[in-house]
Amino acid sequence: MRGLAVFISDIRNCKSKEAEIKRINKELANIRSKFKGDKALDGYSKKKYVCKLLFIFLLGHDIDFGHMEAVNLLSSNRYTEKQIGYLFISVLVNSNSELIRLINNAIKNDLASRNPTFMGLALHCIANVGSREMAEAFAGEIPKILVAGDTMDSVKQSAALCLLRLYRTSPDLVPMGDWTSRVVHLLNDQHLGVVTAATSLITTLAQKNPEEFKTSVSLAVSRLSRIVTSASTDLQDYTYYFVPAPWLSVKLLRLLQCYPPPEDPAVRGRLTECLETVLNKAQEPPKSKKVQHSNAKNAVLFEAISLIIHHDSEPNLLVRACNQLGQFLQHRETNLRYLALESMCALASSEFSHEAVKTHIDTVINALKTERDVSVRQRAVDLLYAMCDRSNAQQIVAEMLSYLETADYSIREEIVLKVAILAEKYAVDYAWYVDTILNLIRIAGDYVSEEVWYRVIQIVINRDDVQGYAAKTVFEALQAPACHENLVKVGGYILGEFGNLIAGDPRSSPLVQFNLLHSKFHLCSVPTRALLLSTYIKFVNLFPEVKTTIQDVLRSDSQLRNADVELQQRAVEYLRLSTVASTDILATVLEEMPPFPERESSILAKLKKKKGPSTVTDLEDTKRERSVDVNGGPEPTPANTSAVSTPSPSADLLGLGAPPAPAGPPPSSGGGLLVDVFSDSPSAVAPLAPGSEDNFARFVCKNNGVLFENQLLQIGLKSEFRQNLGRMFIFYGNKTSTQFLNFTPTLICPDDLQRTRLNLQTKPVDPTVDGGAQVQQVVNIECVSEFTEAPVLNIQFRYGGTFQNVSVQLPITLNKFFQPTEMASQDFFQRWKQLSNPQQEVQNIFKAKHPMDTEITKAKIIGFGSALLEEVDPNPANFVGAGIIHTKTTQIGCLLRLEPNLQAQMYRLTLRTSKETVSQRLCELLSEQF
Amino acid sequence: MLLFSRQGKLRLQKWYVPLSDKEKKKITRELVQTVLARKPKMCSFLEWRDLKIVYKRYASLYFCCAIEDQDNELITLEIIHRYVELLDKYFGSVCELDIIFNFEKAYFILDEFLLGGEVQETSKKNVLKAIEQADLLQEAIACEASVITLTVSQITLK
Repeated sequence: MRGLAVFISDIRNCKSKEAEIKRINKELANIRSKFKGDKALDGYSKKKYVCKLLFIFLLGHDIDFGHMEAVNLLSSNRYTEKQIGYLFISVLVNSNSELIRLINNAIKNDLASRNPTFMGLALHCIANVGSREMAEAFAGEIPKILVAGDTMDSVKQSAALCLLRLYRTSPDLVPMGDWTSRVVHLLNDQHLGVVTAATSLITTLAQKNPEEFKTSVSLAVSRLSRIVTSASTDLQDYTYYFVPAPWLSVKLLRLLQCYPPPEDPAVRGRLTECLETVLNKAQEPPKSKKVQHSNAKNAVLFEAISLIIHHDSEPNLLVRACNQLGQFLQHRETNLRYLALESMCALASSEFSHEAVKTHIDTVINALKTERDVSVRQRAVDLLYAMCDRSNAQQIVAEMLSYLETADYSIREEIVLKVAILAEKYAVDYAWYVDTILNLIRIAGDYVSEEVWYRVIQIVINRDDVQGYAAKTVFEALQAPACHENLVKVGGYILGEFGNLIAGDPRSSPLVQFNLLHSKFHLCSVPTRALLLSTYIKFVNLFPEVKTTIQDVLRSDSQLRNADVELQQRAVEYLRLSTVASTDILATVLEEMPPFPERESSILAKLKKKKGPSTVTDLEDTKRERSVDVNGGPEPTPANTSAVSTPSPSADLLGLGAPPAPAGPPPSSGGGLLVDVFSDSPSAVAPLAPGSEDNFARFVCKNNGVLFENQLLQIGLKSEFRQNLGRMFIFYGNKTSTQFLNFTPTLICPDDLQRTRLNLQTKPVDPTVDGGAQVQQVVNIECVSEFTEAPVLNIQFRYGGTFQNVSVQLPITLNKFFQPTEMASQDFFQRWKQLSNPQQEVQNIFKAKHPMDTEITKAKIIGFGSALLEEVDPNPANFVGAGIIHTKTTQIGCLLRLEPNLQAQMYRLTLRTSKETVSQRLCELLSEQF
Repeated sequence: MLLFSRQGKLRLQKWYVPLSDKEKKKITRELVQTVLARKPKMCSFLEWRDLKIVYKRYASLYFCCAIEDQDNELITLEIIHRYVELLDKYFGSVCELDIIFNFEKAYFILDEFLLGGEVQETSKKNVLKAIEQADLLQEAIACEASVITLTVSQITLK
């Protein structure tokens, strides 16, 4: 086609874009006139012009004619004309229905022609266009061509891939049938090209219809085994740079990844042998220095490793795979380092190889520091995240933080999220967590999304042991002359809630705190200022001494007449509130925030959204998912609940939108109005919810938190006890978007006799709970005399037509009525001796269930309710405590001693009280805690 | 699969998923920019949207494939290489100009090698055999055509 070549060189000689367009327009006009001319064009000219149009289109210009001529070419008997016609259609097809019918007709003729080259062209066209109309016309026909005995090999190959393409666009139009079993047998075909094409088809079909193609597993294994054990010359032209059939091997390994490990031991053994051979070959010296040789070999190796990871059942292979990848981590080829990091991420989530992956931590950290390619560094970050667990969290988080200072802007936000998640997940020590997050804000404040700082606040509020530390730390961080606005937000919020915890120190007295925050005020954006105003009003409640200072600030024109309506409104309302409200009302309105319900971390949800769920599942998640079937454990929370757990921006952060629960009536007054909950016994009470005992145990040493959670319902608790009285707020949260009807929580004491020991009173709650809403119930508790069993909370309701029945133990335990007693060493031992009657002492020796950490143990003993007495026991490693259990009828003094044995990982716990049952119960409760 | 020159000129494009022309142009622009910006020592894989891009440079041409997350990167790199080998064998030491002037051949070879985004035939011999057969058909027709012209001229002579 000389005309075409001339035209192409003309275009190439064009000096400017304008000249090119001019030349093209000239040619288009020429072609148009030729097509429209009276003289019928011969096939050659038609082909030439269609080819020119195609070239023009590929240059990036629009073509709006010539389709008809191309379709005409399809029915030509000349191969080259037909070929160009098909090429034009494949490249330029649009769903012009008139044309499609003509095209389909031409294809139909060619498929029926029994001329393999024509059939090939037709099949290529279907595969290239792959439209629904084509699927409708040919999805029934192609399987027949594929499995017919007399079809040529090359046509079979095209037919297999053509069918695959149609299945991808319109799976509903490709009917499964008896052809499927014959397709599976193509895996045994003599012709490796046919096997390759068939494997692609089977892999895709098997993903959706695993049952139908189950027999392909053993065939694939035997085919694979023949390939990997063959000498490099056996497969002739299918050997690629000394690697036997790499494409086919990769495809077979992919196919096997659609299935679990083979059940038949012989097949399984053969597959394991294959995988071992592949791993062995990686250790052999290369047969060629060419990169193609190593690429092909390693392509098979990586696919084999993917299969090993997918099966996740052969510890030996997993560890070998990990060692192999470890070698690649230091390879000079960037590509291999990249892939090794990527594959290792998957290995890290297998329990068999997690430890082996961890041994490479230094190499990975080094990669993070030295790799020149950001996409490789990104992989290193992912791997560090995946290999992180409690043992190396501190190191990994520290490395990620230091990398963050120089990290590429494109991946900073993701690193921030990862650090925040790891810090939270593996925090043994919440002070470390708070430090980490504050560092995060300092280093990369701009990349710290709202979720991250919301989360640190949620955690600080929910954990009373870290509040003082958090207040102190934010106060110090705020001293920096320039600090990020996010830090001001966190600082404002935390000081507003817990500033009182550090107010005793003159260096951080209320006024100093206020001045510090206010010095940042004018540099901040409106939402932050709004938040700070709320902090100020909280200060008015916490520190009456700065009230006038704050009122002056609120009263100033820049607040009261602020152009921003939100700020103005807050200033006006807060000023008014601080002037008219009595201290009691102030204290109620501005009470400390109730704990946040514990849900899936909103940061995790964000990361999942960002990266797709597969990338963030880690070892624990996988384990949890596995255990779901076994014990019906918690379902993975749907990501959208995170929207609920995320507090809405600044305006409501301090809970002013939803004021804290009003205090319930004191137990002494209005008793007559209270409904005795025990009077109507429930129809049927569900057995205790799974996991409820664990939750129960967690509450022995703490008063607030989430008691129960499933997909529908969350139950949170907040309780306070004083002497023999207590009050418990139970929060029922509807996690769904549908109403709960006939919602009836009932309190049940297991033994009726207990009513004389424990007196519980409450009011019924509203029987409807709206979707997403929370209702609360107040339980007033009176301990009449000592008790052992805990009451059960039974909840019954209707959700979308089904009846739900849940029971959980309510953590009202004897130790809640402890009052700590401080005493000196001498007194302690004197009383200890007084209680030497054998019935008064209960001792338990038990194995540690948690890491033996002194600080945690101390916190638990204090949480248990007794005083922790320092410098009493001659052995400083031991813990001693003392307290008095208050009941209505009597008071019982208690002494306890806990002796840890680090070598044996055991504890000995001794309780001495004046009552045997009390000693017994307290010992049981406390033993469960360590 | 995209083929483009160092100057960012697109030489060959093959789409295995249905997209509108507008989207194709947008994707092409974006990918060409990203790949050209990368330095020689960097790795041949990069994440792009939810796909992975595998690319390799041969002389002045970049060959670039988009694959899915689970697909094997290294084998894709060798798909590119095998295609280059096929072009090389067919044209006899291929250069960018061969692909420009014989773009239709480049497409035909690609169709014999890859179909619907999957490898159809990995044997170099078999692919080239198919293409050569087609060429033979073409030459036979050319012969026929010259015979016809000859006859015509003979007729006019008479």
